[in-house]
Amino acid sequence: MNNKVKKFVPQLITLLAIILVFGFFTYNAQINMDNRGIEFGYGFLKQESSFDVQFSLIEYDGSHSYARAYFVGLLNTLLVSFIGIILSTVIGVIVGIARLSPNFLIKNTAAFYVEFFRNIPLLLQIFFWYFAALRALPLPQDAEAWFGSTYMTIKGYYVPLFVWNNLDVFLYSILAAIISIVIIRSYAKKIQENEGKQLPVLYISLGLLLLLPLLSFVIGGVNLEIKTPVLKQLSATGFIFEPALSLPPELIALVLALSLYTATFIAECVRAGIQGVSKGQKEAAASIGLTPRQVLKLVIMPQALRIIIPPTTNQYLNLTKNSSLAAAIAYPDLVLVFAGTALMQTGRAIEIVSITMLTYLSISLAISALMNWYNKKIAIKEK
Amino acid sequence: MNKLNFLKPDKNNLYVYVYTGSALLFISIFDVFLSSFFNINVTSYLPGPVSLLLPLIIGLFGLHLIRIEFSGLKYLDLLNKNINTSNFNGALTLLIIFAIIMATPPSLSWFIFDANIAGDTKEACTGSGACWTYIKVWLRRFMYGMYPNELQWRINVSFILLIALAFVGYFSGEKLKKFLTLYYVIIYPIIAYILIYYLISGGSFGLEWVETGAWGGLSLTFIVSFFCLIFCFPIGMLLALGRRSNLPTIKYFSVGFIEFWRGVPLITVLFMSSVMFPMFLPEDFFMDKLVRVIIAISLFEAAYVAEVIRGGLQALPRGQYDAAKSLGMGYWKMHIFVILPQALKLVIPGIANTFLALVKDTPLIFVVGLMEIAGMLGLAKTNPKWLGFAMEGYVFAAIIFWIICYAMSKYSYNLELKYKTER
Repeated sequence: MNNKVKKFVPQLITLLAIILVFGFFTYNAQINMDNRGIEFGYGFLKQESSFDVQFSLIEYDGSHSYARAYFVGLLNTLLVSFIGIILSTVIGVIVGIARLSPNFLIKNTAAFYVEFFRNIPLLLQIFFWYFAALRALPLPQDAEAWFGSTYMTIKGYYVPLFVWNNLDVFLYSILAAIISIVIIRSYAKKIQENEGKQLPVLYISLGLLLLLPLLSFVIGGVNLEIKTPVLKQLSATGFIFEPALSLPPELIALVLALSLYTATFIAECVRAGIQGVSKGQKEAAASIGLTPRQVLKLVIMPQALRIIIPPTTNQYLNLTKNSSLAAAIAYPDLVLVFAGTALMQTGRAIEIVSITMLTYLSISLAISALMNWYNKKIAIKEK
Repeated sequence: MNKLNFLKPDKNNLYVYVYTGSALLFISIFDVFLSSFFNINVTSYLPGPVSLLLPLIIGLFGLHLIRIEFSGLKYLDLLNKNINTSNFNGALTLLIIFAIIMATPPSLSWFIFDANIAGDTKEACTGSGACWTYIKVWLRRFMYGMYPNELQWRINVSFILLIALAFVGYFSGEKLKKFLTLYYVIIYPIIAYILIYYLISGGSFGLEWVETGAWGGLSLTFIVSFFCLIFCFPIGMLLALGRRSNLPTIKYFSVGFIEFWRGVPLITVLFMSSVMFPMFLPEDFFMDKLVRVIIAISLFEAAYVAEVIRGGLQALPRGQYDAAKSLGMGYWKMHIFVILPQALKLVIPGIANTFLALVKDTPLIFVVGLMEIAGMLGLAKTNPKWLGFAMEGYVFAAIIFWIICYAMSKYSYNLELKYKTER
C-alpha cells in the first residue's frame, strides 16, 4: 500500500503541473489572440503570399500561396544540407584518415585544421565567408574564367547551363544501370559462395554505368546542349553572365562554412572509428594471408563503420539544424522565408513557429528512427 | 666502388645518395622560398607549367634518393620514418612545406607588416594590410556593447568579483569542504544574480539604471553563457534521472521534453522565445528579452546535458545500485551519494563538449536583437564611417572565441585525466 502511494504521488504531481502550465498558457494565448483579433487556424496557408524569394528551386512568385512559400524554404534548406553533407563527408573522411597518417606533417596539419575550425562559432564562420571573403571577389566584368567557362564573381558562381532533351530517358537509363549492377553483384556473391569463382564485378559495373547512358544518347534521342556563360551588360555598370546557372553567394558561403565546420566533427568520428578497431584484428587478418587492401576492405572497414556511422549521422542532423543559420545572411531557407517573412506579414506567431519547429522535429525524428533501425541491423549478434 | 644506380638507392654508396638527395631537396625548397619571399622566379625561361612543377619534381627525386632503409644515420632514419615513407607521402610532405612557405609572406604582411594601428580615423589606414585601428577604436563597443563608457567599471568590477568568488573552493578549509557543492549549486548563482542585477543593471543604491538592450559585446556573451551553464546543468540532471525513472508519467514527460528540444534548431527556439512566448503570458506581464533568451537557451542545452548524463548513468554497473539499496538508501540518497558522483565523473568530456557548444551558440542571440560580439560587428561594419573592414572584425572575433573555446577544451581534457579512476 505504502509503496503504491509512493509511486502514485510524484506522478500525479507531475501530471497536474504539466496540465496547469499548459492550461495557463492556452488560456493566456486565447485572451491575447482575442484582444488582437486573430483567430487560431491554418487557413492562412492558402492565401496569396505576395512576397518574392530570390532563390528558389521550384517556380514561385508573389502570387503563389504561403504553403508554396513554405515548400520553397524547405527545399532550399534541404539543398544546403544535401550539398553540405556530401562536402563535409569528403573533407571529414580525408582529414580523419590524415590524422592517423604516419607522416608527421600530414598528421599535424590535419590536427591543426580540426582544432582551428572546431573552436570558432559557426555563425562567425558564416559571416566571415559571406561578408569578408566572398566580398573580396571581382565584379562580373573583371572576373577571369575558372576551368574554361565558369566564373566566380561577387554576384555568385556562374556555371554553364545544361539544356537536356528527353532528360527522363537518360535518368531511366541510369536507374536501369544501377538496378542491373545490384542484381549482378548479388549474383556474383552467390557464385562466389557456392563455387568460389570471383567475377570481375567492378569492370562489369563500370561498363554498364557507361554503356547504358551512352546508348540512351544514341538510341533514346537524348541530347545535351551546353550553354557557356557570356558577359552581358544590363546597364552602365551592371553586368551579369547569361545564359548560366548562377549559385548565389549566400549559398556558397553557407555551404563552405557548414561543411568546413561539420567536417572537423566527422573527422574525429572517423578517427575514433578506425582507432577503435583493435590492432589484433589487423594482424590476424594479415596472418591468414589477406592483402593490405583486403584487410582494409574485409576486416577493418566493416568494424570501423559500425563505430563511425551513428555519431556521423548525428553530425548530419546537426548540419541540417545548423543550416537554419542561413537566416543570418539572408539565404532564403525555411527559417528566413517562413518564420521570418511570412510571420512578419501574417503575424501568426504560434502557427508559423509551430510548423517550422515541427518540420525540423520530424526531420530529426525520421533520421534518428532510421539510425536506430540501422544500429539494430549492424549490431554484433552475440550468442 | 659499387655502381651508382640513382633509381634504386642503397646503403653501399650511402653518402653519395644522401648528399645528392639533400642538395636536390634544398634546391627545390630554396626555389619556392625565393619565389615566395622575394618574388624571384629562377626558372622563368621555362614554359609555365614546367616552371611551376619543377620544384616538386626535383624535391621528389631528392626525397627518393635519401629514402634508404636502416641507413644507420639516426636523423636520416627519423626523417624517413616520419615524413618520407613512400613516394606518395613524400609528395604530400613537399606540398605541405611549399604551402606553408607560400602562405607565410602574404599572411605576415596582412597581419603585421602592412597593417596599421596608429590614429583613430579610417584615414589612418593607408597600408594594404589589416586596419587594426578599426578594432582599437571600436574595442569598447566590442567588449561592452552600447553600455555607457563612464559606467563600464561596473561590468569590470562585477566580473572580477564573480571570478574571485568562483575560486573560493580552492581556499576553503577542510571543515567547509562539504558545503562546497551547496555553495556552487545554490549560493553562488544567487550571488551572481544579485551582483548582475544591482551592479550591471543598476537602478538602486544611486546607480544609474542601464536597460538590457544596451548590454552587449563580449561581456553579454559571458553573462549569457554563465547563466545558461548554471541553469542547464541541474535541469539536465533532473531530466536524465527522469528519463531513467520507472514511473511512466515522469519517464515519458522527460523523453518527450528531451527529444523535442534536441530535434529543433536553436534559432527557432530563440524565435519562439521572442515572438511566440509573449503570446502565452498574461498581457500585463512583462519579461525582459535577456531573461527569455537565457531561459530558452538553458532549456535547449539542458536536453543535451541530460542525454550526456544519461550515458554516464547507463555506463554504471547494476551492482552500484544494488549495493546502495542494500545499505538501505532511498532514491535520492542513493543518487546523490553513490550514483551521480560516479556517473558525472564518467561524462566530464561530454559535458565539457556541451558547454563548449553552448558558448559557441551564444552569438545566435543576435536574431532576437541582442547585440553580443557578432551583432556588434554587424553594426560596426555598416557604420558609414567605417565601411570595408569586415575582415578585420571577423578575424578579431574569431581569435577571441578560438582562445576561449580552445582553453575550455584543454581544461576539460586535464579534468578528464585528473578524475580518471581505474575500475
